[in-house]
Amino acid sequence: MTGSNPIRALFERDRRSGDLVFSVGFVILSLFLLSRIGAETQWFKSSGLFTQPAFWPAASLAGMTIFAILHAIGSVVSPRAAGRREEVILWLRSLEYALWFMVYVQVVPLIGYLAASLLFTLSLTFRIGYRGQRMLLAAAAVGFFTVLVFKSLLSVKIPGGLVYEYLPDGLRNFMLLYF
Amino acid sequence: MDLLLSSIQILARWEVLAALLIGSIGGVIIGAIPGVGAAVAIAILLPATFSMDPIVGLTVLLGIYGSSMYGGAIPAILINTPGTAVNALTTYDGHPIARDGNPRRALSLAYSASFFGGVFSVICLILLSQALALVAPHFGSREIFLAALLGMILVILAHRGQVFAAGMLACFGIFLNTVGLEPVKYTRRYTFDQTWLASGIDLIVVVLGLFALSQAFLLLTERDRKPRPVSVSGGLFEGLKELFFFKRIAAVSSSFGVMMGMIPGVGEFTAQFMSYTYAQKTSKTPEKFGKGSPEGLVASEAANNAVPAAAMIPLLALGIPGEALTAMMLSVFYVHNVIPGPQLFATGMDFVLALYLALLLLNILILVFLVFSTNGILKVIRIPTRFLGMLILTLGFVGVYSLRNSTTDCAIAVVFGIFGLILKRLRLPIVPIILGMVLGGIMEVKLRSAMARVKSPLDFIDRPISAIIFGLIVLVIAIHIRGYLQGRKSPLPEGEG
Repeated sequence: MTGSNPIRALFERDRRSGDLVFSVGFVILSLFLLSRIGAETQWFKSSGLFTQPAFWPAASLAGMTIFAILHAIGSVVSPRAAGRREEVILWLRSLEYALWFMVYVQVVPLIGYLAASLLFTLSLTFRIGYRGQRMLLAAAAVGFFTVLVFKSLLSVKIPGGLVYEYLPDGLRNFMLLYF
Repeated sequence: MDLLLSSIQILARWEVLAALLIGSIGGVIIGAIPGVGAAVAIAILLPATFSMDPIVGLTVLLGIYGSSMYGGAIPAILINTPGTAVNALTTYDGHPIARDGNPRRALSLAYSASFFGGVFSVICLILLSQALALVAPHFGSREIFLAALLGMILVILAHRGQVFAAGMLACFGIFLNTVGLEPVKYTRRYTFDQTWLASGIDLIVVVLGLFALSQAFLLLTERDRKPRPVSVSGGLFEGLKELFFFKRIAAVSSSFGVMMGMIPGVGEFTAQFMSYTYAQKTSKTPEKFGKGSPEGLVASEAANNAVPAAAMIPLLALGIPGEALTAMMLSVFYVHNVIPGPQLFATGMDFVLALYLALLLLNILILVFLVFSTNGILKVIRIPTRFLGMLILTLGFVGVYSLRNSTTDCAIAVVFGIFGLILKRLRLPIVPIILGMVLGGIMEVKLRSAMARVKSPLDFIDRPISAIIFGLIVLVIAIHIRGYLQGRKSPLPEGEG
């Protein structure tokens, strides 16, 4: 494929499905950010070049744009791999799990870390196709031991659930502290 | 002697020893599970270590870092699937030896070579400390700026065949670091009038997104895989005796590991490539390489396990991380107000030595653990990949949410998780983004303070160390351009992002 074209020889590289979509997208992002340099940063007349607040954003965005264009040229001149649409669909499919994660984030302060974790691990395990008792038990164990290790033992900073307010005093304090 | 006693005193606490044990055993298991890796584990555990003593937190992370490659050799040898990216070369010779009916021999030799590489590099580190303590104070702002710039350039150029992508992503990392309130004049940069962007984009959130969440999304969206059952019988100590026959290869490979580990941005892949090439060129049976050569296996494992200790050198001596894992560790230092760099060598040498000793202990612990529990680990690596994705997502929540209990942080991490998934699918490197964020911050601060003291740009390199580093930068770029134009594409294994 390299042939005698020197430009092609210089830029040709391994190209995977979806490469062009990503490359062009990154060029657009770089150009957009660079075009906002005047509005999103400030330039002071009395300061030297390297102390300007705009210097590092400008330098990094200039570099990003140049490299992004070169990368995109590489994508255009390299042999195309089939399956672009399938690849982009796979990227989009990850949005479902991103949503699962964000729901988990929203539910923890409401029903508490332990209940939310058990609910999350069990329902996600069910969703990804494991319906057997053994795997569901393993999922519950993952939820329980994650809470036990991080919240109960390592005391990481995760707030108690709103529902804990309705528990009797002793139990509420226990749940707030450990689960 | 006082120094040694003082560092032993730092280590001789039950919390530190427990951290060492948990880190090393956890690291081996994590490394052995294909699809997880040390970066994911360290990213998840990072916020949890912030509440620990610096030595305890760093010991856990060092344990995972130093031991994951030991564990990664297990699936590489037995099922031809590297546990971590750096074990890819181990599959070349380790798996054929196992396939030919000698799994015990392959594992035993891999463990022994890894142990040799790990201990060799810690000893080098201890011996080098005195020299480092002398040289490090001569690094002022301009030298540190130039060293960070050299690291940045090396990170980009080390990604052969992906230099433009690495450059683009490194610049993206530098840009991300500039978002928020600028530290001198307190003006807003790229906040788009959003208050949540005023405090900037947190490195840990980006790390968790790019490493942990992206891996979870990847495993959840791809086809489910479950490695087939395998087991190993017989003792695993024989490799230590066999390693004696390959002592030259082990020593040279470990030396490559130490040298490459010390240079920011280079790391395991280059060390392995150089060691493997050396071993093949000097072997009496070069035709066996790639088909089950014990020398190839020793070269690969000794080189990659020599890197973690050496990678601590630029971090501790100059405060410059050379790769993603040490960049993550840098944040632990900062959280505890321990600033790595020349000053640490002057005032906290016992702390530095304690870290080295922890690394030494770590290697012994791992070897003993592996010899007695390889079959147990083999059961763990059979976890189906989609279930593993669920597990990483659950743990990823702890990492992101426990930082500030912020839904915004979680949303940012999710965005970077999807971005990381795309990069991984396209086999584009992730590490330049992280190093761009860390080194970009260092470069901005150091350039600003250095330029305040120089009258002309040439003054910047009028000191011996800065002149040498500048010369190295010019040399590295010149060599790369020459090689690129001549089309010399050597078959260097590509680094994972």
